[in-house]
Amino acid sequence: MASYFLRRLLMAIPVMFFVALFVFLLLRLTPGDPAQAIAGDHATPAQLAAIRDHLGLDKPIASQFAAWIGNMATGDFGESLISQRPVLEMIGQRIGPTLALAVMAMIFTVVISLPLGVLAAWRHGGMVDRFVMALSVVGFSIPIFVIGYVLIAVFAVDLKWFPVQGYKPLAEGFGPFLHRILLPGLALSFFYIALVSRMTRASMLEVLREDYVRTARAKGLGERIVLFRHALRNAAIPILTVVGTGFAMMVSGVVVTETVFNIPGLGRLVIDGVLARDYPLIQAIILLTAGAYVLINLLIDLSYALSDPRIRYQ
Amino acid sequence: MTFRFKTFGAAALIAGSVHAMPAFAETALNVVMQAPLRTLDPILSTAQIVRTHGFMVFDTLLGMDAKYNPQPQMAEYSVSADKMTYTFALRDGLTWHDGTPVKAEDCVASIKRWAANDGAGRTMMASVASIEATSDKVLVIKLAKPFGQVLELLAKPSPVPPFMMPKRLAETPAGKQVTEMVGSGPFRFVAEQYRPGDQAVYVKNKDYKPRSEPMSWTAGGKVVNVDKVVWKAMPDMQTSINALQSGDVDLIEQVTIDLLPLLKANDEIKTGAINALGSQVTGRFNHRLPPFDNPKARQAAMYALDQDQLMQTAIGDSQYYKLCASVYGCDVPLASDAGSEYLKGSAKERMAKAKELLKASGYDGAPVLMMQPTDLTILSTQPIVAAERLREAGFKVDVAAMDWATLQSRKNSTQPVAQGGWNMLFTYWGVAGIWNPTVHALLDGSGSETAWSGWPRNARVEELRAAYLTAPTLDEQKKLAREIQQIAFDEGFYFNAGEFQSVAAWRAKLKNLQPGPLTLFWGVSK
Repeated sequence: MASYFLRRLLMAIPVMFFVALFVFLLLRLTPGDPAQAIAGDHATPAQLAAIRDHLGLDKPIASQFAAWIGNMATGDFGESLISQRPVLEMIGQRIGPTLALAVMAMIFTVVISLPLGVLAAWRHGGMVDRFVMALSVVGFSIPIFVIGYVLIAVFAVDLKWFPVQGYKPLAEGFGPFLHRILLPGLALSFFYIALVSRMTRASMLEVLREDYVRTARAKGLGERIVLFRHALRNAAIPILTVVGTGFAMMVSGVVVTETVFNIPGLGRLVIDGVLARDYPLIQAIILLTAGAYVLINLLIDLSYALSDPRIRYQ
Repeated sequence: MTFRFKTFGAAALIAGSVHAMPAFAETALNVVMQAPLRTLDPILSTAQIVRTHGFMVFDTLLGMDAKYNPQPQMAEYSVSADKMTYTFALRDGLTWHDGTPVKAEDCVASIKRWAANDGAGRTMMASVASIEATSDKVLVIKLAKPFGQVLELLAKPSPVPPFMMPKRLAETPAGKQVTEMVGSGPFRFVAEQYRPGDQAVYVKNKDYKPRSEPMSWTAGGKVVNVDKVVWKAMPDMQTSINALQSGDVDLIEQVTIDLLPLLKANDEIKTGAINALGSQVTGRFNHRLPPFDNPKARQAAMYALDQDQLMQTAIGDSQYYKLCASVYGCDVPLASDAGSEYLKGSAKERMAKAKELLKASGYDGAPVLMMQPTDLTILSTQPIVAAERLREAGFKVDVAAMDWATLQSRKNSTQPVAQGGWNMLFTYWGVAGIWNPTVHALLDGSGSETAWSGWPRNARVEELRAAYLTAPTLDEQKKLAREIQQIAFDEGFYFNAGEFQSVAAWRAKLKNLQPGPLTLFWGVSK
């Protein structure tokens, strides 16, 4: 297991290098000028030239790339061109809200979608099944920002149960933290609830037709044990894959949710970075996101062994 | 299940009530600004948000009052009889936020840095023989040749005001940002709580000694009545409005006009203009490329375009925009109706004139590339409407949709369109940044590489702008400004597409919001 883990980590190095190269070149090919973002719309060409010169933006692209890669090898992700702050510090300020939002959405997803999917498969073709399927169509179809606005209108503006916007870090207390993160987490989870409940249902339907399920029932085991201990565990691999990749895919949904609920997370930071052509910031965020993808995929693979003892990694 | 639901509901309510309790009794003003604060150096940046930030943290030697007159702020001043020597004496009790006293040598270095970065400042420096600190409290500007705008420029609130900062910061090399926010202004910047693009926090500078005169724009006593001001960036206007209505924020600096009805129905919210000056939308021609290298083609375009149509499209409600010919803003001392013949007449008459002029220009049907910023609400519609009018006049127009950052970069290109150039763009300027020929970048007739994009060339305008700098009286300045404006129309420097007013919204409990050329946070109480 350990050698497999190490081998996979080593394989990630070339992946990350090509991601870095691709992102670097893509950003340099995109029209736009960080100097203009610093100096503003009314700046003259002379001011812009002075800023470009100071930032080293007029150096050859190859030398800029070499310098960036070299610095990263020492753990230095560089400074934001716009704010002149270390990008890791900026990411550190923003990663907490995004992780909190993603984790909350994932908790909602797992807690709601797994029972729904199991129930739908158990009552295949019945009212519950149809309800879950209809719910998943709604979840897939409605954009996150619409769900967000509806939740705000109902639970924050009308009922006043929750604040309309904003974020409180966990350090300010669990109550305020939960109070602010519940609605955005729920809004972000809608799509994933639809996805995971459908996947759970499909996977469960397949497993429920297996002989060992019939055997379990013939032995007189209760339906709850049959469903959750025997069937769900064997149906888990595709579900784990979807939950894991869904967690990584949340990046796009996070941007919209953070905007609607005014959460100062990574999604808004990356949009800000793109609009201002803040190269080091965008590069660092994309590289870290790519790293997270690699890591999550590895963890998903490792988790297969936990749900299915037949799987062994060497 | 019922028990669990109740438990959850109780937890949420407790969480809510805990959250609602203030941690300590301080007066904090929570504000949604018109743009996120991403950079901090108010000398290097011309962005409005950075300028407003500058006025929080830094102070200026002189302030500008509501009658457009320079007034003492950090310093009293005297002018020699021949108007060639300006002496500034720093008032007592001025200290930087790091506790050190403000010295004249700090101000000398600050003026030099400002002048190196500001177009009008550079113009002033061309007439300056020396700037020296003669003691810790006195600095003297000696002119090499007459220049009548020294006080006006040192008091100007836009686009780059001459903010004073410690010498060690003012000596930062050209092109490098100052990131340490040590000023002597009425608020201190809380660096630890700054999140670029999201949040900026300012606390009252308890060591600040306001002047005794009444507040008037950036002049007079800057009396701070709140403990803290928190700027929050909210990219979604609906979220901002929800936050204002719920009391999470106290003020939205700039509300989208079409959402104002949502707020007007709420008795706890007030709306209005706190920025006394509006912004002028400008359609800029690229004078270096055909067809707008031909004055007749530019005139044809100006006759084809229509101020009211463009304002209707962008703003909608006529109570929030003004139509006037003045290139300096509709309500400033230099405003005049010179060139208004280009804006008068029915749409049909104007279009007929446009067609006639375009024919006379010998236009060969080469496409006009109009840049359209799709991510900037206030400017995304004008190019579409303008393109239709130009097409009706006989131009062939391609509208190129792009984001604002791409447009800003592309507008600096002097290359042909096929190689990344452009023919026409729309932007807007705060009136405080265009209210006279010295600060108005679009009236630069030098055609030089250092001028703002568009590069019109007109020797007479340059002569008049130079004469303006030494004009002794307001009447003389008005005469010169009027002639410059007429030439700007005749030569099609740009199309003045009208002036709109920013509308703010705030909780009714806020008192004494100060009108000014930008949003001011002194005077206001909660």
